[in-house]
Amino acid sequence: MSLIEQLNAKALALGVPISVHLDLTYRCNERCEHCYLEHDDKGEMTAAEIFDILSQLADAGVFFLVISGGEPLLRRDFFQILERARSLLFNVKLKTNAVLIRENEARRLRELGVEQVQISVYSHRPEVHDGITKLPGSLKKTLRAIEFLKSQGLKVTIANVLMRQNLLDVSETQRLASEMGVGYTLDPTVTPMMSGDTAILDMRAPRAALREAFRDPVLVGNVEEFCAVPAAIDADALDALPCSAGHTACYISPYADVYPCVQFPLPSGNLRRQKFIDIWKNSSELNEVRSITARNLPTCSSCTHVASCTRCPGLAFMEGNMRGPSTADCEKSLVRTGIPSANMLAKTAGRWQPSSLPGLVQIRLAAT
Amino acid sequence: MMPKYIAHSSAIAARKLGEEMIIMSAVDSTLFTLNPVATAIWQAADGRTPLSDIVATAVCSEFDVSPEIAYRDAEELVEQLAGHGILLVSDHPITPAEASQVSR
Repeated sequence: MSLIEQLNAKALALGVPISVHLDLTYRCNERCEHCYLEHDDKGEMTAAEIFDILSQLADAGVFFLVISGGEPLLRRDFFQILERARSLLFNVKLKTNAVLIRENEARRLRELGVEQVQISVYSHRPEVHDGITKLPGSLKKTLRAIEFLKSQGLKVTIANVLMRQNLLDVSETQRLASEMGVGYTLDPTVTPMMSGDTAILDMRAPRAALREAFRDPVLVGNVEEFCAVPAAIDADALDALPCSAGHTACYISPYADVYPCVQFPLPSGNLRRQKFIDIWKNSSELNEVRSITARNLPTCSSCTHVASCTRCPGLAFMEGNMRGPSTADCEKSLVRTGIPSANMLAKTAGRWQPSSLPGLVQIRLAAT
Repeated sequence: MMPKYIAHSSAIAARKLGEEMIIMSAVDSTLFTLNPVATAIWQAADGRTPLSDIVATAVCSEFDVSPEIAYRDAEELVEQLAGHGILLVSDHPITPAEASQVSR
């Protein structure tokens, strides 16, 4: 077990929220086609409110703090908030499009001891990246910012999202990251909007592109292991927790709402009315999330993928049931292993179409 | 014996988790966990209190250990942590300005 895994296990045992994702704003200077947020300001927290929440988070034991948005650097008080967070000794990871980062901002981020900066880049080609962000010149500005950050010695990761618009550019974007000497991650899932609108899911990459990504050792490590046929279901798999959401991690919106995760829009309390520790310990919503193990999942507990599936309870929630399957993860399990999930089998059982399986040999049993 | 003063580097993240302190260096992302004795020394590292006083008040009064052994172990610990850049060690009191120097 790695030291990070040990930390998470200890935090889980102690009931400590070791990681919090804090969005400072939903406003953004880009308008990414696949974004799950609405960008109008509906009453962001003031700096004073955020300072108070940061103190509460430190007292609750939060160590890893992700600061994001929207575009967090759009806040005029961004560096004051960051300075306060660092004075409280959080490990800060910043998620940004970096358009507003120039030499001075990069130097300030280094001086304040930000541990990592994650930057959205969707293609190596301006016409594709800028086409997605709807901000002309954004790729050029973002790449220039990465150079400024690198020159300060900061750890930078390029974060890409696999979607129809950029699926031909995945390997070149990865190469760009390598040439710039920065890390690279690829998120294969476009998620529904927090409002529940699913129209943007049409941008999800087709199965073939997902399959290609899942056979790339740079992205998944050991391909054979990653794509292996799932092991038999055992008690450990059924007693496992789905993910850290609500267990050792949570999300705070710019409006002080607390959710189990940024991708799990189950309102669990509001920090303008309640103390963080009260929400963390007593929220009925968070406690319900915590009560769920794989054993409690009506469909997934009998699925052959239950031990290795990346089932996201937040995506399942957005599909209507936090105990239900997440079809995006069913798709990923199928693409990884070639084996359909229990959810997929249940759906197709109701509309069996032999003609959809070319090459299937039909055997007619002789009447006795 | 020259007095030793210790202070946290500003290029770290730290939090107490249970009885242990977790510390990550912002310089190289190395993660450390300190046991309860080391945590007691870490928490008392204010740049103004000599290490010998810290050992006497935060270690010997709380843990069953002789002052000599405690001081020797504490010196070893602070040298190790200083070697990783997460603790500053000096023979004079360390000002907040000195402690806030982020070295990368």
